[in-house]
Amino acid sequence: MAAPRAFLHLIPLKWNWGERGFRDLSGVTTPEASHRGRRTLLQFLSDHFYDVEFLREYFLRKQMQKLHLENGSYIRVQNKYGPDIAGAYFILKHGGAVKFRDMEWVRSDEWRHFIAGVSKFQAVPVEAVDASGCAINYDGLGNLLSLKELRSLSLQRCPHVDDWCLSRLYPLASSLQELSLAGCPRISERGLACLHHLQNLHRLDISDLPAVNFPGLTQILVEEMLPNCEVVGMDWAQGLRQGPDEQPQDAAGPIPVEPLAPGSRQPLCNS
Amino acid sequence: MLRRVLRTGLGRSLLIRELGASSGKGRNVSEMKKKIRSLLPGEPDNFMYDTRHLPPERSDVVIVGGGVIGLSVAFWLKKLEKRRDGIRVLVVERDQTYSRASTGLSVGGIRQQFSVPENVQLSLFSVDFLRNINEHLAVVDAPPVDLQFNPSGYLLLASEEGAAILESNVKMQRQEGAKICLMSPEQLRKKFPWINTEGVALASFGMENEGWFDPWSLLQGLRRKVQSMGVLFCQGEVTRFVTSSNRMRNSAGEEVNLRRIHEVHVKMDNSLEYQPVECAIVINAAGAWSGQVAELAGIGKGPPGTLQGTKLPVEPRKRFVYMWHCPQGPGLETPLLTDTNGVYFRREGLGNNYIGGRSPTEEEEPDPADLEVDHDFFQNKVWPHLAYRVPAFESLKVRSAWAGYYDYNTFDQNGVVGPHPLVVNMYFATGFSGHGLQHALGVGRAVAEMLLNGHFQTIDMSPFLFSRFYLEEKLLEQNII
Repeated sequence: MAAPRAFLHLIPLKWNWGERGFRDLSGVTTPEASHRGRRTLLQFLSDHFYDVEFLREYFLRKQMQKLHLENGSYIRVQNKYGPDIAGAYFILKHGGAVKFRDMEWVRSDEWRHFIAGVSKFQAVPVEAVDASGCAINYDGLGNLLSLKELRSLSLQRCPHVDDWCLSRLYPLASSLQELSLAGCPRISERGLACLHHLQNLHRLDISDLPAVNFPGLTQILVEEMLPNCEVVGMDWAQGLRQGPDEQPQDAAGPIPVEPLAPGSRQPLCNS
Repeated sequence: MLRRVLRTGLGRSLLIRELGASSGKGRNVSEMKKKIRSLLPGEPDNFMYDTRHLPPERSDVVIVGGGVIGLSVAFWLKKLEKRRDGIRVLVVERDQTYSRASTGLSVGGIRQQFSVPENVQLSLFSVDFLRNINEHLAVVDAPPVDLQFNPSGYLLLASEEGAAILESNVKMQRQEGAKICLMSPEQLRKKFPWINTEGVALASFGMENEGWFDPWSLLQGLRRKVQSMGVLFCQGEVTRFVTSSNRMRNSAGEEVNLRRIHEVHVKMDNSLEYQPVECAIVINAAGAWSGQVAELAGIGKGPPGTLQGTKLPVEPRKRFVYMWHCPQGPGLETPLLTDTNGVYFRREGLGNNYIGGRSPTEEEEPDPADLEVDHDFFQNKVWPHLAYRVPAFESLKVRSAWAGYYDYNTFDQNGVVGPHPLVVNMYFATGFSGHGLQHALGVGRAVAEMLLNGHFQTIDMSPFLFSRFYLEEKLLEQNII
C-alpha cells in the first residue's frame, strides 16, 4: 500500500493549480479569506460592469462542467467488461490506484498496460481502491458502488467528496471493512452519521477533517455508532500536544472536550 | 460606453491638471474619484426626489411572497428566460426579517416517502438541486452556500392497518427512483435498538437523499443568487389588485367572467405611501396568507358551487416544534422518525438534543392569530407517545419551543400550482401544507415553465391545478407530517 500512496502524494499539487477557481467556490477556502484579503481589479470591474461579471460566471460554469464530465459513468465499459473493470478504469483515469484480488496494485500510470491486459483482470473482483486526492464527486462515486467485493476504500484528501457522498456508500455495506476519509475538506459530522449502514467496518480513518466542528465529541459518537470498528482520528489531540506542560491532563474528564486544532473553524454555539 | 468614459475622463484630467497648480493634490484626487464614480454604471441618479425605496412602476412578473417558494419561482424564471434580462421580475415581501414566514421556522426535512407520485418527483428534483446547490446558486466572489444537509433519512413506522398502504407507497416510490427500503420490526430492533417496536408492523427507511437541512441558508443562497440575476426586491404589502373583467360565453352558452389583473398596489412598510405596479403576471406565493391574496383578486367572490365562487382553500395553521434534551437518547444514527400516530422527532446537533412535534387533530387546532407556544400540548399529546416509542425519552427536558405556520390546504393538504382558470394572469404556488420547503425548487421550475412555455415540462403538475377544487377531485396524501 505504501508504494502507490507515495506516488499519489504528488497528484493534488498537480491539479490544484488548474482547479483553483472552482475550489474557491466549493467551500475549501473560508469566506473571509476570499472576501477581505484580496480585492482585485477583476472584482472591482465585475462589480461595475455586467459583461465582466458574466464572463467570470461563464468560466466558473465551464470549470464545473468539466468536473461533471470527468465524473460521468462508464456505461460502455461496464456493459462490455463488467462493473469491476469499469470501476477500476474510472479510478485509474482519475489518478488513483486499484488492487484486484491476489494481484499487485495497479497504479494510474499503468493504465495503458491495464487496458491491454484487461482479460486477465476480468474474472477477478476489485478488492481495494485508493482514490487519494482524486477529483471524485457524488456522480463519480456511483462507478464504485457496484464493486461487490470491495474491502478497502481510501478517499483521502478528495476535495469534492462531501456528506452526500457518504450517504451513498451503503451498497458497499456487506463487504467494506476499511474506509479512510482523512483530510477531506468537505466532510462534516452530518455525513459521518450515515456511516451506520456500514456495519462490517473494522477501521475508519476520520482524522484531519476541517469541516467537523467538534472532532473529539464526533469521534466518540462515531465509535458508539459503530461498536465493532476502530475509529482513527487522534491527530487532533496530537496537534495540541505541542506545549510540553499541557500534556497529560486530557484523559480524566468524562467527555474530553478538546480545544480545536489551529486552523480549524470556531465552534458554533447553536449547532 | 468605454469611449464615453475615456473621453470624459481625459477631459476631466486635463481640467484638473490646470486646477492642480492652484490647489492641493489631495483634493484633486478625491474630486477625480468622485467624478469617476459618478460616471460608472450602477450608481443612483440624482433626480428630483429619491424613489429608491419604491418598487418600479412596471414589472413583467410580480411575485407576492419572498419566501423560499417565491424566490425559487423568481430563480427559475430568470434561469429559463430565453433572452438575458428578458423578463423583469419583482418580489414583494412583507417582512424582510422573515420572522413569521414558514420557511425559516420549518424543521427543514426532505423526504421522498409520499404517496402521490408527483410529490416524489418534486422531492427527487429538489434533492438533486440541493446536492448541486453551489453550482446552481453560484455567485462570482461570494462564499458557497453551506446547506448543512444531514443525510440521515426518514424512518416511517406503520401499524397493522397502515402496513399495506406503506408497502404500496414504497413500491411506487421505488419506481420513481427513490432509494427506500422496507424493514420488519425485527430488522428495526437490530438496526435501532432504542426503538420500542410494539404496535409496529412495518417500517420504511430512506437510505439516500433524505434528511434535513438548514432552511435559512437555502433562503439566503437563493436570495443572493436571484439578486445577482437581476430580480428586484421590495419590502411592502400587496393591498389591492386593479382588475378588468371580460364577459364571454363558452361553447355551452354559459356566461363566463374572465378577469385580468393590470396593476398591483404595493403599500410601503410603516407608511400610507403606495406604488401601483403595472404587471402582466402575478404569482401568488404568499404561503399561509395566500388565501387572503387570492381574495384581493376577487377569487371566491361569487355564488357558491360555481367556479367563480370557489375559494382558494389555503389558511394559516399553527404548528409547534419542541426542542428537548435527553442525555440517554438515541445516538448519531438517529433518523427523522415518524411514528404511526404522526409524532415525529429528529436529532439536532451532537449534544443529545432532539426536536420534534406532532400535527394536532382538527378539533384541537390552535388559534393561528399569534405564534404563542402551547406547552401543555407537548405534555399531553406528544411526550406520552414519544416515551412509548423510545423508552429513553421517559426522562427529558424541554429546552425551547417555537411555532410556525403551515400554508394549510383544507381541501386535500396538497399544493396548488398553475394559473387560475378565471383570473387568467394569477398563478399559484402555495398550499403545500408543510412540505413547501422541500418541494419549493421543483415547484418554482414548474410554475416558470407554465408561465414561459404554457405547459409543464420537467414534472407534470396538472393534478395540482386550481380546477380540482371546483371539480371536487381530491389529491390526498396518506401521511401528512
